[in-house]
Amino acid sequence: MRNFRGVLPNLGAIFWTLIVAIPLYYVVVTSLRTADDVTGANPLSLPSSPTLGNYADVFGNGFLMYLFNSVLATGLTVVVVLLVALMAAYVVVRGRRRRNRVLFQMFLAGLAIPLQATIIPVYVILVQMGLYDSLLAIVLPSIAFAMPLSVLILSNFLRDIPEELYESMCLDGAGQFRVLLHLVLPLSKPALLAVGIYQALQVWNGLLFPLILTQREEASMLPLMLWNFQGQYTTNVPAIMAAVVLSALPVLVLYILGRRLLVAGLTAGAGK
Amino acid sequence: MTATEAIRPAAQTPAGKPRRAPRRHWTEPSTWFAAPALVFFGAFVIVPIVVVLVLSMTDWNGLSAPAFNYGGNWSELVTDPGMWHSIWVSLLVMVLCWVMQTPISMLLGVYVAGQQRSRAVLASLFFLPLVLSSTGIGIVWRNLLDPDFGVLAALGLPGINLLGDTDRALYVLIFVVSWQFIPFHTLLYQAGVRQIPKQLYEAAEIDGASPVQKFFTITLPQLRNTIITSSTLMLVGSLTYFDLFYVLAEGGPGDATRILPVNMYVIGFEQYELGYASAVALILVAVGTALSVGLTKYSGFARMRSEQEGA
Repeated sequence: MRNFRGVLPNLGAIFWTLIVAIPLYYVVVTSLRTADDVTGANPLSLPSSPTLGNYADVFGNGFLMYLFNSVLATGLTVVVVLLVALMAAYVVVRGRRRRNRVLFQMFLAGLAIPLQATIIPVYVILVQMGLYDSLLAIVLPSIAFAMPLSVLILSNFLRDIPEELYESMCLDGAGQFRVLLHLVLPLSKPALLAVGIYQALQVWNGLLFPLILTQREEASMLPLMLWNFQGQYTTNVPAIMAAVVLSALPVLVLYILGRRLLVAGLTAGAGK
Repeated sequence: MTATEAIRPAAQTPAGKPRRAPRRHWTEPSTWFAAPALVFFGAFVIVPIVVVLVLSMTDWNGLSAPAFNYGGNWSELVTDPGMWHSIWVSLLVMVLCWVMQTPISMLLGVYVAGQQRSRAVLASLFFLPLVLSSTGIGIVWRNLLDPDFGVLAALGLPGINLLGDTDRALYVLIFVVSWQFIPFHTLLYQAGVRQIPKQLYEAAEIDGASPVQKFFTITLPQLRNTIITSSTLMLVGSLTYFDLFYVLAEGGPGDATRILPVNMYVIGFEQYELGYASAVALILVAVGTALSVGLTKYSGFARMRSEQEGA
């Protein structure tokens, strides 16, 4: 058979499981320790007096606000990206004019531009717009950088919608907006879901934009919260680990409830 | 795909229409539909690229007005040993991350492609790092490798500061990058392996092929497209490992782990030399574009070849 059998492959797999599991175990165990327990105990031992106090500390330090900011920024970005990219993909696929092909080529070229490379002008532009240090400062450039890949994936998907469906809808007298709303949108649901999850993870997990484009706690997102915690509470490792656990919880829930969805989202970028 | 292609010409032939409609097609959407996407992309990608080009020819501390020095940053860049070091470290990271991740991801991918129940359980563990952000992973490993309270001290090796060691820090980072991304690439290889036709293995078994022979003569060649996809993502992605490198080591110790994006951040946002940092950003764009064009060309050829073989 094709999938490796015998002792050696299983031993290798168990070895890798340990490499993956030990750090994860460390995070959870440490997040349950008391501050004193950290300095004295073996970091991999079970906590002598397990406590949820560290989680309370994280909540006490504004976790819900960071969470709210992350949810808001991620949600806003994804909704706009899906809408705007779908409209662009519709034009790219259905338009017969030369300029539509130029448009597609442009997005294709945009794939190669790393987000880091434009961060200085993006920072300058947002300061000029008076948006520096607000959630919009993260949302706007995130939408822009999501465009190339989203348009590409969606247009690859839209190409498979048969010509007849468009023609019959147009024969029934539907306008462009109705075609978009009642034909293109429902038929591209799987692709929209995958692209949406992929881009949501990008925004949710990104540190560079929050680090450079925001400063106030009121405009910070979860990765920046983690980074600030690491700087402020260097000695309170359990609280930092509790923050790591809490910030990963929403994605973990998605992983447990809808692993197939998460996987489709994660690999959306790989399909091209 | 094939279904649509089969339908399309049939729909056009009865009317006797030419393949490319000379006039505007009656079901064609207005180009205006692409306008919002264009506005975002223009304002936050195209304009910044132009601005970065202009800024790279200036001296600018972010406060006073930028002063043109034309090629000044570029001549500084060529003679700056820190910059060459940064480019070298980036290339090293790119190559070593690929070397480390590809074999492990492939072997794990083949392993978890098996349908056994025990493997499904292990697989669900393998993929867990996927739920953590780079920042979270960086912070976990930073504390895990702490010389005083970390796991090495617990194992009876106190005082070993892997991240503070100029010679070793980079390898630690490459290991942590692999820890983060191997699950994702394992996922790709798992999907690739499951698409290999079973008959190939059955035929090989009849011929008496050993498991190792089967791996090298069937699995490996059949995974060609997965290898190309996974490698492309790894190589292009390695240019953008900012979060993890910054959180784990902030480019240090010294400049031992200062890959290009981190170098740009330090120069621009810690030393406030935004003109010089813009020149670094342009190098990043140049490398990224060259890499993408090169890889697309290569993988494009590969795809054509595989399609011909399939026919």
